[in-house]
Amino acid sequence: MTALLEVRNLGKRFGGFVALEDIALSVQPGERVGLIGPNGSGKSTLVNCICGTLRNEAGSVHFDGRPLDGSTAHQRTRRGVARTFQLPRPFASLTLAENLRIPLLYTVATRGGMPHTASHIDARCLTLLREVGLDGKAHRLPGDLTQVEMRKLELVRAMAAEPKLLIADESMAGLTHSEVEEILILLKRLNEQGVTVILIEHIMRAVMSFSQRLVVLVSGRKIADGEPNAVVREPEVERAYLGQ
Amino acid sequence: MRTDIFLIVSLLIGACVYGLAATLGNDYYFFAGYVVLQYVVLATAWNILGGYCGYVNFGSAAFFALGAYSTVALYRFHPMPIPVDVVLGGVASGIVGLGTGYLTLRMRGAFFAIATLALAVVLETLVVNWDYVGGSRGAYIVRPETIAPFGSYIKYLFAIMLLLAIGSITVARLIERSRLGYGFATIRDDELAAEASGVPTLRLKLVATTISGALMGMAGAPFPYYIGYLQPSSAFGLDYAVNSIAMPLIGGTTSWVGPLIGAVLLGSLQQIATVTISSAVNLLIVGFLLVGFVIVAPNGIIGLVQKYVQHRPLRQVGRRHIKADAPEATP
Repeated sequence: MTALLEVRNLGKRFGGFVALEDIALSVQPGERVGLIGPNGSGKSTLVNCICGTLRNEAGSVHFDGRPLDGSTAHQRTRRGVARTFQLPRPFASLTLAENLRIPLLYTVATRGGMPHTASHIDARCLTLLREVGLDGKAHRLPGDLTQVEMRKLELVRAMAAEPKLLIADESMAGLTHSEVEEILILLKRLNEQGVTVILIEHIMRAVMSFSQRLVVLVSGRKIADGEPNAVVREPEVERAYLGQ
Repeated sequence: MRTDIFLIVSLLIGACVYGLAATLGNDYYFFAGYVVLQYVVLATAWNILGGYCGYVNFGSAAFFALGAYSTVALYRFHPMPIPVDVVLGGVASGIVGLGTGYLTLRMRGAFFAIATLALAVVLETLVVNWDYVGGSRGAYIVRPETIAPFGSYIKYLFAIMLLLAIGSITVARLIERSRLGYGFATIRDDELAAEASGVPTLRLKLVATTISGALMGMAGAPFPYYIGYLQPSSAFGLDYAVNSIAMPLIGGTTSWVGPLIGAVLLGSLQQIATVTISSAVNLLIVGFLLVGFVIVAPNGIIGLVQKYVQHRPLRQVGRRHIKADAPEATP
């Protein structure tokens, strides 16, 4: 089986600072991968390089058998890579339903596929909002939402693009125990529908229960990749997290 | 309201406006009305980039002047009917808008605004040194006294500007309710998130600068015929840049109604001030009003009305609601 996402020898610098060096990562279709690492280890930079927000100087990213290099962020979204942002970035002047309209109009509709009449889009927005329990606030502005609702909006907007791969960048930061559980259930349900998920997270309980495979980044290098329980016991990982 | 119905209603209102001005029996009303309508076009055009996309353009005068000077250049070559001038002025300004956009749209906020301001200075310098269109001496345009079936020529110019105003409002309204309008709104809100949702932000911004520039150029094209003698300082006047920003801000930037209200209100006020006090008072009025509105109604008149009357979120003026009882999507 060919990998859905194939990152080869990826490197990224900011001036003299090496943010990522020689990263190799392969993700199979339908997989649930956890990506962990201390603050500043390059997790978000890696996401940005995969999604086209940043350009990597070295290496390549292949998605679904074709290279992504050189394509812009919106082209990658249309190819099937969706992401959430670490700090939610809703469209503040649009209602929740309108927020979801954007990926429907600009991503799903451009792939051809289903006919997108106005009423169809409206219905789809509401269905999606219902999935995360936000349908009651469909016509409110994102400013009225609580933190967990904002995270859900961020997730459901990424889901609306009907991606093959979803990269959730710290979707649970700052949430309570039960709220983390809600987001996890959402992500698992999405995975069951066939979406490959990369979860970037600091909350170990969430990562361990979600991931089939765990990748660890430290100082821009990948130091471990494998079965989660085995990975967290590796001496190098322990050292990175707990110090010597 | 459907666009074709909207256009018909607008044309009817336009006909009434023309009729009203005609019944007053004084050509002065056409002269004053022309300027107000010209500002309706400029404010609406500015709002397409400034209000919808959030990119503040300080170079409106440059696009306006470009339209005016393309008419002068054409006139020197061979006088053409004004509608032809309008189209060609629009094309010239649209192309410059596209080019400017391509060079400057990687900048944001104040940097973009300063770049557009620089564009005005560069273009003015070019025109001052271009003898064919009169250079710093300016250029005379001899306009006929009368034209059939309008009678006096100013009525003809007024009618053209009226049609341009209706056209630009229709374009703005069409954009607002379309996929393009949603794309513009995401650019204003958050470009990174827009890209992540599949919005081709650079392309959309170029569309906005082109449409906005073209409309401003169209507003400027009949100007040499209106004024009779065009010189760089009048075509590149500060009034155009300031007014085309102030009018949408006072009216409200989120909808096509805002620039229309702002332009009619502020434009009329300036015309009244010109005849009753002095033309120098114009910019002072704009300044006072802007300060007042920033304090009392930062979202313009539309925002104020919505706040007190409807209690509805800002974006939804003139837009179709997504019905809460819309049928479930079929799997």
